[in-house]
Amino acid sequence: MSTPYYVSPEQLMKDRADFARKGVSRGRSLVALQYADGVLLVSENPSQALHKISELYDRIAFAAVGRYNEFENLRIAGVRLADMRGFAYDRRDVTGQGIAGAYAQTLGTIFSSAGEKPYEVELFVAEIGDEPEDDRIFRLTYEGMVADEHGYAVMGGAADVVGKHLKEHYRPGASLEDALHVAVAALGHSESSDRVIPADDLEVAVLDRTRTQPRKFRRMTPAWLADTLSDRGAETPDQARAEDSAVSAPPANSGTDDPNDPTDTVSGSTPPLEDPLTGGPSGVPPIAPPPNAPPAPPPAPGDD
Amino acid sequence: MSTVPGAGARLPQSFLTPGSSSFADFLSHQAPDLLPSTRSLPTGSAGDLAPHGTTIVAATFAGGVVMAGDRRATMGNIIAQRDIEKVFPTDEFSCAGIAGTAGLAVEMVRLFATELEHYEKIEGTTLSVDGKANRLAALIRGNLGMAMQGLAVVPLFAGWDERAEQGRIFSYDVTGGRYEETAFHAVGSGSLFARGSLKKLYRDDLDQTGCVTALVQALYDAADDDSATGGPDLARRIFPVVHVITAEGGRRLSDAEVAEVADLVVAGRMQRPDGPVASLTQENNR
Repeated sequence: MSTPYYVSPEQLMKDRADFARKGVSRGRSLVALQYADGVLLVSENPSQALHKISELYDRIAFAAVGRYNEFENLRIAGVRLADMRGFAYDRRDVTGQGIAGAYAQTLGTIFSSAGEKPYEVELFVAEIGDEPEDDRIFRLTYEGMVADEHGYAVMGGAADVVGKHLKEHYRPGASLEDALHVAVAALGHSESSDRVIPADDLEVAVLDRTRTQPRKFRRMTPAWLADTLSDRGAETPDQARAEDSAVSAPPANSGTDDPNDPTDTVSGSTPPLEDPLTGGPSGVPPIAPPPNAPPAPPPAPGDD
Repeated sequence: MSTVPGAGARLPQSFLTPGSSSFADFLSHQAPDLLPSTRSLPTGSAGDLAPHGTTIVAATFAGGVVMAGDRRATMGNIIAQRDIEKVFPTDEFSCAGIAGTAGLAVEMVRLFATELEHYEKIEGTTLSVDGKANRLAALIRGNLGMAMQGLAVVPLFAGWDERAEQGRIFSYDVTGGRYEETAFHAVGSGSLFARGSLKKLYRDDLDQTGCVTALVQALYDAADDDSATGGPDLARRIFPVVHVITAEGGRRLSDAEVAEVADLVVAGRMQRPDGPVASLTQENNR
């Protein structure tokens, strides 16, 4: 009988945090920026169908990086919570803080419960008020921590590099166009070089105080983006990444056959499974054995 | 209300389960007490207990659709409220006007508006006009039990069809039957008079202002003959709620804009109380 290993709680939590952090850092960065009329959210996202930025409620937006199916679940839960609170009470009673609190509790519980895989996501919940001072950007991490960010915030893969660039170039109270230029330049910035991100690959949305409708969320159209960002140099697309598709790509050729590696998908010289009926090597996939005679129908009730 | 999670609570598993993009479906699992259709009433008629909304009219024009409602709610012979609002935007390109039991109808429209917004946010796309009209039919059908006890809700629904590029009007019965109307329609206690009036006043070539004027005339005629419909209240400056939907979206006309039309209509009635004269034969019409 094998002795169970002892793993200290510290080590357990550290492993889970490393796992989640690694998942988050694989994706591209996402920037939230306060500008004169609200909050701007920008991400490089070549996919037109899989949104990272979306609307939660009248004045509240959601943005996420990490594993798509996990943050999509959280987004839908947030929409449900917001709509339900707004319907049960009043539209004004739906607040960014309330939603951020519910997300924090949810992520925190999932992170520390041994039976569940920690979510590999990071979220922004952005909210605008009537005045710029009332704008809020909440940042939530995989373990359920909430931070109240001011001015600008970055999450995702190269958050530190992008954040450093933003720190140097961010100006409070900028116009939408200026803020967008700063955000896009920061997203294209890396230690080695500055890349001009194609306007088509950007996902941009704002919470705009000046909108007359009660719903302040607005997704920027590709035409507007191309027009606003036309003054930059030649565009360079990013290389493809796993996060660009909803389903993860099938495992690539995992190299040479290694009998000791249980995840190895290459059979190498190992013969295929033998045919269960003939015992010989199988050329065609094994078929199911013929079904037994159908069971007799049960006696009809009240037949006695 | 314990079914609505508070701010400090973890989101229940049902919130995180993918599935329906319908808000009403979600509520029926999560908080059925919030849905009007799940309530049961003691037997007997409850029709006299609550205020009733009255006349709603709607008409299409070349670039959109207009809906207007009078401002009166009645309870038996009493005027319960003289400035009630009975036409509501349900999303950017649609609106609903309510006739029948006011309390239930307002709640139903609120649920319907949330339903449309919920779908839009979860799916990332809006429902078609027919899809919206069918969802409303389902909500009305859920109210059938209460309708049989005198608490009927009969809305009128109008929306801009982006694909067909025209305004469309749908009427309903208490069983959730959905009927598309061409050109114009009216519901509520004064609807017979309003519809008769619109028959004589409505023309295909009306523009937005003409369409609004025709509807205000129709409401005037309804108020003229139906005690439960309120006419323009000149002393208090209370005028109908008018909602216009075009390809650019919907907007409620400001009180000043409606007052201008209503003042013209009332001035005309001072000269001829029965309103504009329609020609007897087709040739002289217009």
